[in-house]
This record gives sequence, structure tokens and C-alpha cells, in this order.
Amino acid sequence: MVATKQTVDAVRDVETYKHGWSTDIESDMAPKGLSEDIVRFISAKKEEPEWMLEARLKAFRYWLTIQDEEPTWAKVSYPKIDYQDAYYYAAPKLEDGPKSLDEVDPKLLETYEKLGIPLREQEMLAGVAVDAVFDSVSVATTYKKKLNELGVIFCSMSEAIKNHPELVQKYLGSVVPYSDNFFATLNCAVFTDGSFVYIPKGLRCPMELSTYFRINEKNTGQFERTLIIADEGSYVSYLEGCTAPQRDENQLHAAVVELIALDDAEIKYSTVQNWYPGDEDGKGGIYNFVTKRAACRGRNSKVMWTQVETGSAVTWKYPSCILQGDNSVGEFYSVAITNNKQQADTGTKMIHLGKNTRSKIIAKGISAGRSDSTYRGLVRIQPKADGARNFTQCDSLLIGDQCGAHTIPYIESRNPTAQTEHEATTSTISDDQMFYCQQRGLNPEESVSLIVNGFCKEVLQTLPMEFAVEAQKLVGISLEGSVG
Amino acid sequence: MSLIEIKDLHVSVDDKEILKGIDLTMNGGEVHAIMGPNGTGKSTLSYVLAGRKGYEVTKGSVSFDGKDLLEMEADERARAGVFLAFQYPLEIPGVATSTFLKTALNAKRRESGLDEIDAMEFLNLIKAKTKELEMPYEMIKRQLNVGFSGGEKKRAEVLQMSLLEPKFAILDETDSGLDIDALKIVSNGVNALRDPERAFLVITHYQRLLKYIVPDFVHVIVDGKIVESGDQSLAEVLEAEGYARFEKRAAA
Repeated sequence: MVATKQTVDAVRDVETYKHGWSTDIESDMAPKGLSEDIVRFISAKKEEPEWMLEARLKAFRYWLTIQDEEPTWAKVSYPKIDYQDAYYYAAPKLEDGPKSLDEVDPKLLETYEKLGIPLREQEMLAGVAVDAVFDSVSVATTYKKKLNELGVIFCSMSEAIKNHPELVQKYLGSVVPYSDNFFATLNCAVFTDGSFVYIPKGLRCPMELSTYFRINEKNTGQFERTLIIADEGSYVSYLEGCTAPQRDENQLHAAVVELIALDDAEIKYSTVQNWYPGDEDGKGGIYNFVTKRAACRGRNSKVMWTQVETGSAVTWKYPSCILQGDNSVGEFYSVAITNNKQQADTGTKMIHLGKNTRSKIIAKGISAGRSDSTYRGLVRIQPKADGARNFTQCDSLLIGDQCGAHTIPYIESRNPTAQTEHEATTSTISDDQMFYCQQRGLNPEESVSLIVNGFCKEVLQTLPMEFAVEAQKLVGISLEGSVG
Repeated sequence: MSLIEIKDLHVSVDDKEILKGIDLTMNGGEVHAIMGPNGTGKSTLSYVLAGRKGYEVTKGSVSFDGKDLLEMEADERARAGVFLAFQYPLEIPGVATSTFLKTALNAKRRESGLDEIDAMEFLNLIKAKTKELEMPYEMIKRQLNVGFSGGEKKRAEVLQMSLLEPKFAILDETDSGLDIDALKIVSNGVNALRDPERAFLVITHYQRLLKYIVPDFVHVIVDGKIVESGDQSLAEVLEAEGYARFEKRAAA
């Protein structure tokens, strides 16, 4: 079924209507390059208030002073990025995408098939401009209505800047300041869109919030900006990403995510990242340079990060927790799978400031092919963090003899009452284990998938149910072709 | 046509010849025991039949159910009905025994063009099987073979065999590390599976297992060859006299 020009027009009309997009959407594309003009252009296009523009400019001016200081400490290598040779603003254009699934890379469709994704969602993920979107839009609308009744704010960052400036001004940049690091600074200057969540006092958000339902915000992937605030005594579980490999034409991704948990609040943030990893030689894959950080600001607050990282050519990502409130808890559960020529340098930082703060890190790295995977983590216990505790466990699994796994833990304790524990293991999938599984009728790929899923179980079981099932399948798919 | 025909099988490991011409024919319903001293190629025979890598067949053939067994990959053999109960079952951390059993069963069902087993049906099946083997049902929730005692591991092997219903089951020193009670339970499990359509190859050092699993034929392997075959009484002779006379004969 190939959508005609008419259908495409109709889709555009409806979309424009539903989301109130501006009429000159077609012409919205900034020229290549990064300059103050471009930053002003982005801000103007998004009809932002003056304070937001000022914040962007401040970040941009700072970035100019550090533009030659792209971080090099991570164990990843990639060709030098020319920041003047990229587009920083392109409004969503419906005609860009394939017109039907017939035009989509069959390999991608094969993967969707294996993940068991329904046809209509496949179209959406592949960026096909057809009416499949409408179903989801209506689902999303019902969903939003219910959240509104509960007092939850769940909208795009652009909407939040316009409609909830007091919250945005108070919290945006309060966890990741504009000067935090090279990529975060860049994001502060040119971020396009992202999610905003506010959970009111005492509310246990009854459903998982997912970007998946926010399909109206397309093309936000490149410089995504997310802010989640859990007010006193509230709870929210947020799902980011999707197990299906998503089509995206931007090679550089530099997102910033900030979480704020006030007294007795809890945030659970789960990510499945499966951006295009490039071909077998790593060509064309996404560079994923993300800054994610949570502030456990209140007493007894808790933040739990879970990530399943299987995509991208280069991953540079350290979801962290600043444990400010007394008795606050930070947890980090990670599975990072690299295959072919992928490189991942990922881990976490747990900064203990408050008394009796606790943190737990469970990181599982799986390397196959000629890939390289590094766990890099920091546990810092500050002088006032009496009774702080940390437990860290890093396990690496190697498949084949061409890949690498590295564990780089930094532990800094400035308080004698603190306790830290670190455990690390490195193992391989043994020929004996493979033979055992095969002797029971599992083919080599099923065998690897089963063994690796077992290896990651502790992490996968922290994911919300529906996400976990897909993630398990994804683990197997990511490692296809890794055993001969 | 016999179920299994092994003809003049020669196998080398790292260029060292281990099996030096094995001939063995087995029919459905038969239990064959293979006995012999350490290092004579008993386990090599079980591995080469199951398709483990690293065993080079330099000569000879094996047909199974009319097919060329040696042409098949290990997992194809398993789905075609070859089962090896391991002497040292492997641990698969993080994988629940039930998950493993279900995955294996579904792999076999898929091969036969059947749908995946229904969750309730699977549960009932496992309940019945664990009861038969006097295993606590809770065991299937544990990680496969992780922290299992020797006896539990062997019982888990028999549980898998009972679930997968192979045509040809090889038991590689299933009696090792079992106390007498566990030995009885495991043997009962195996005996319950004896069937006119199914053949067993029981590899053991000791005659005591063969008191419980009574074989139709006993073969003695020494230095990579079957040096004598007989019925169960041969096992009793071996128990009394040891392998010395065969070893002498092989050396001569």
C-alpha cells in the first residue's frame, strides 16, 4: 500500500490541526552551521520567551570558549565531528519518510518482525507517513486526559516552556548546569525538544509514562531535553525509547535528562536504546553522547535508572545520582551490549552528600564481534555523608576473541563511616555451555540469547513487564551473527 | 533397518586417535551398556554421537533413523531425537530451569511443526514429571544446575530426557556421584522411559547401575575398540575380575 500524495497531504492537514503546528512548517529549516543566529532562529521558531533565549545564548557563548575541548577521556574513538557541518534545526517534514513499508529497509522490517511489533507500529517506527498514526494519537489523547485529571503534567519541553515557565525556570539546568560538559553545553544552546513531567505531591502515578505515546513530537532525537520533577511523596515510572531500531538521519545525538526527586519521592527511569549501530564495519551509526543525572534532593527520595543499551556506534553515557537528601537512594542497573565495531563507554556516578545515603550499581557488559565495552563509574562519598553505603557489581561477558571489556571504577570516600563494596567478574560463554544448550535442541543463536539473558537477568527484571519481554528478545537479536 | 548403526568409527582428538574402529548396531527398545576402564574412549563415543566440536571422525559412518548422523549439527541431532545425559551437566546462571526446559521443548515442537506449548499445559506436564522423579517442584524455579547437588543435577538430566522424549538416549556415567537412594530414583526414571521405540546407550564404570537399569547387551571398550560383547552376565564377570584380561588382550 503506497500512500498517495493526497494521503500525505491529508495526514499533514490532520496533524497540523491536532497539534497546532504552524503553517509554514515546510520551510522551517535552518542553514548548516552553529552560530548565535542559529540559536536565535531556533528560539524564535519555537516562540520561546526571552529568558529561554538568554539561557540558550549563555550556553552557546560558553560553548564557544570550550569548542576545542571535546572530551577525549572515554575509551571510544570516532572521526572528528565538524560542528559547523551539521543542521541544528529542521522542523518535521512528513514527506521525508518512506511512503510505505515497501520502501523501508527489509532488514529493519525483519527485526520488527522478530520483536513481534504490530504492523501499524512498524509503520510508525519506520517513519512511514500513513494513517496508522491516528490510532496512536487517539490513544495518546485519552491517556493525556486521564493524567491531566490527576494533576500530572506530561507534555513536550516546548509546551512546558510556554505553559509552565515557573517550573521550567526553577528546575531546568538545576541538575545539569549549562557548563557541565561539552555535549551538555551544546544541548543547552540548541536543544530541540523532549519531555517534561511533573508529578504533584503525594501522587503515585498510576501508569507508566512513555515517550512512545508522544509520537507527535518527531525529530526531537538529536538534541533531546527531558526534565522530570517528582514532588514530595510522589512516584513515577518513565520509559524512554523503544526496542525497535528507529530511523533517524542525525548522526550526532546529545541529549540531556534531568530528574529531581523531592522528599519521599521516587522516580524510576527505564531506557531501551537501540539507535542504528552502523553496518558491520561501524559505518553510519549514531553517536550517542548523553548526559543523564538525577538529584535526590529530598529526604528518603529514590531514583532508579535502568538502561538497556544495544544500539549506536558510539555510546558515551553515565546516568548518575546526586544523593543530597538524608537517607536517599540511588540505583543504577545497566546492560550494555556491543557487537561488530560498536563502542560503549558507560556507567554511572553516585555522589553521596546526605547522611545514610545508599547506592547500588549493577552493570552487565556484553561484548561480541570486534566491539569494545567499558564500564566507567564513580562512587564519591563526601565528608558529611555519615553512614553512606555503596554496593557495586560489574560483570563482563565476552563472546569471541576479538572484543574487549574494561571496568574502570573510581571510589573516593571522604567519610570514615562509609562502606563501599565492589565486585567485578569477567567471563566468556564457554563452548561447553553452548554444546549443552545445543544438545537440548537450541540452535546456536537461541543458545547465546538464553545464556546472555541469564547473565543480564538481574537488570532486565527491574524493567517494567512489557518492556522486559521486548528487551529479552532484543538481547538475542543484538547478538545475531556473533557466534560462528 | 536398525535405529542406530555405527560402522568402523575412527575418531581423533588433536590428531590423537581415540576410537579405533567401533561397530555397534542398536534397535528400538534395546538398552546397551558400554563399560571399560578410564581413558578408553567411552565419553568420546558419547560426545561424537551427540555432535560436540573438536572430535574429528577420520573414518567410518553413523546412521540414525536412516539419516547420516555425522552430517548433522549438534542441535539438529538433538531435535531429531538424540539426547545426551551429561556426566557433568553445565550451569547456566540466571536461567530458570523451567525456562530452559520450555525453550528446549519448544525447539523440538517447532521442528515437528507444532505450536509452542501452552503455559498451563507446560506447568501440568512439569508437575507430573517432577513427581515421577521425586523432585521437589520448586526446583524448576532455580537457576539451571546452579548450586544443584550431584544428585539433583543427574535428576534434572533425567527430567529433561523425560520431557524431550528422545529416540536415542545416551547416559554418560549417570551413576557417578550418586548415593544409593539417588541411584534408585534416577534408574527408575530411566526405566520408566524404556519403550519399544527408544534405544539407550548406558556408559558406566560400574556394574551397580546395571543392577537397576538392566541392559540387553553389554560391550567392553578397551583402547578405542569393543573387545567383547555379551549380556548382563558379562557385567557381573567384569565386576568380579576387573578389566585386566581385556587390557592384556588389547596390548597383545
